[in-house]
Amino acid sequence: MDALLFMIFAAIAVICGINLVVQTHPISSALSLVGVMGALAALYLLLGGEFIAAAQLVVYAGAIMVLFVFVIMLLNAGTEKKLTVRPLGKYLGAPLLLLFFGMMAYLIQRILPESSPVVFGAFQSGTAAEIGKSLFTVYLLPFEVTSVLILIAILGAIVLARKEVD
Amino acid sequence: MPLGPLPAAVPPSWYLTLSAILFALGVLGFLLRRNIITVFMSIELMLNAVNLSFITFSYMLKRVDGHIFSFFVMVVAAAEAAVGLAIILTVFKNRQTLEIDEVSTLKN
Repeated sequence: MDALLFMIFAAIAVICGINLVVQTHPISSALSLVGVMGALAALYLLLGGEFIAAAQLVVYAGAIMVLFVFVIMLLNAGTEKKLTVRPLGKYLGAPLLLLFFGMMAYLIQRILPESSPVVFGAFQSGTAAEIGKSLFTVYLLPFEVTSVLILIAILGAIVLARKEVD
Repeated sequence: MPLGPLPAAVPPSWYLTLSAILFALGVLGFLLRRNIITVFMSIELMLNAVNLSFITFSYMLKRVDGHIFSFFVMVVAAAEAAVGLAIILTVFKNRQTLEIDEVSTLKN
């Protein structure tokens, strides 16, 4: 069952990822990216990361992608120009890419130590309580620095959006 | 990778392979696409792929640290999206284009 779920959501993620790259209209790419993020959230749940799965849906698929779709709508972004591909890339590109993926998969299988398969429910510390405990003790300084980072990002976005920059 | 009947559960290396494939797709989109918004979305895809690696390693080591790192990646991605999209808006306001090839002032 776990393997079947992994296969389904991995297939969704890869198909949506390919769709993101090949679509020429940005709104299609944005919707494909939402698909990738939803599939990844399901995979996080399989790996026992319930908090991260929820955060993935709320922060990424909810907030960030809505921001993207707003900007696409605001700028009225249309289909992009056809990319000119040289014949070498046209005929060699796809086979070489597949070869690269194959070698990458083979390498990962080889160098990783033998480990027990991923079973749903085997990892129990992905809850909000455990993450909060770790976040406010071991990772307190990075957490506080992150708040400064977000403050700077907000100020930067406001300055960029309201002033006429030449 | 053993072929044949599907096992009941997959090893963590399959998750890492999926993460690598998604990252490579993100690089591909970053290099191929000419629309500045799509390029930006490819970067988000790469960040997501790295997050999957973090969560998988966290599962393998039975530690919660990977979840914290992926949480920080999400926060940085949110901040980056806010600033990046503001920059895209400014570029469009000044140049009326979204093609990255036409935004080449630094080249000359």
